[in-house]
Amino acid sequence: MLGSIAAIFGQLSLLAFGGGNTILPEMQRQVVEVHRWMSASDFTSLFALAQAAPGPNLMIVTLLGWRLAGLPGALVATFCQFTPSALVTGLAVAAWQRFHTSGWRRLIAAGLVPITVGLVAASATVIARSADKSWFFAALTALVAGVTLTTRTHPLCLLAFGALYGWFGGLFAM
Amino acid sequence: MDSGGDERGEAAGGTEAREPALPDPSLAGLFLGFLTVGLLGFGGVLPIARRMIIEDKRWMTAAEFADLLGLCQFLPGGNVINLSVAVGFSFRGSAGAAAALLGLVTMPGAIVIALGILYTRFQDDPQVRHVFAGLAATAAGLLIATAVKLALPLRDKPVRIGIALLCFGAVAILRLPLVPTLIVLAPFSMLVIRLTRG
Repeated sequence: MLGSIAAIFGQLSLLAFGGGNTILPEMQRQVVEVHRWMSASDFTSLFALAQAAPGPNLMIVTLLGWRLAGLPGALVATFCQFTPSALVTGLAVAAWQRFHTSGWRRLIAAGLVPITVGLVAASATVIARSADKSWFFAALTALVAGVTLTTRTHPLCLLAFGALYGWFGGLFAM
Repeated sequence: MDSGGDERGEAAGGTEAREPALPDPSLAGLFLGFLTVGLLGFGGVLPIARRMIIEDKRWMTAAEFADLLGLCQFLPGGNVINLSVAVGFSFRGSAGAAAALLGLVTMPGAIVIALGILYTRFQDDPQVRHVFAGLAATAAGLLIATAVKLALPLRDKPVRIGIALLCFGAVAILRLPLVPTLIVLAPFSMLVIRLTRG
């Protein structure tokens, strides 16, 4: 188990071009579909939980590791998720001055942007597909997306609102 | 995701911009600085990290910060994670990188595990399940908004929109594995953008 966790997150570490949310679909595919360690709705709940905690959005990795194999799992997953990309970053900083202004750096950056957009949109789809089983929650997703795009409301306020929405929705048994 | 990260390094004043005549943080200073960032960074760590590094500690100038962030955004890994490594590394080498990264993830890691323990304990309570359903639907909405914000700069670039849709279809609809998808699509994207000047 720990070996598989190390392999999955070590690989994801080097694939996370454009930030943590781009690897969410692959993480979910590995954990839910390939290894069948948990259900899609469990994965979505853990993702939501990680969003409610402070810190970088990749902290879902620590939570998944803990859920799968306790504290050793959490440590292995966290270490393997962050170390490979940290090594790449260290090397790149050391070499930064040399390729700072070169044209191919710009081309690589331009080429990766559409990929990032596609992957984050895929993340949103994967999470929404599992979170929005009823119109009641689909409406919440739409409302949150709309509010975030049109105002500067803090994500934490929206998460608190979402928790209350679920609580009261549950009370009235939808 | 990390908003406010569009500043690119062009204004950084070229290669000589890397020597700040500013305080030189120790390993403990790097660890503690990023520990605070990790604790305060709810739903977007980048603005907090920026304020800590430029305004509170004055480790770097705004231009140096933008320069380093531009580099971090095009490397694999979370932007803020990479930023902590890059800042730590540029002041104190590998040990500095490790100190900054550990500082950033220690408290969020502990908090997320504590939340996980609570979740495991109460997840069968129907009312708690509803709260989580609400949180999950909210998280989905936040992700949709992030995707839209990221996509907006592409709106007058049809070639790039096409590549984004291709990538979306491969990963979200066909559920193809990420490794082969990236190996094929990343070079394809650069080639097509280069050839069409799109």
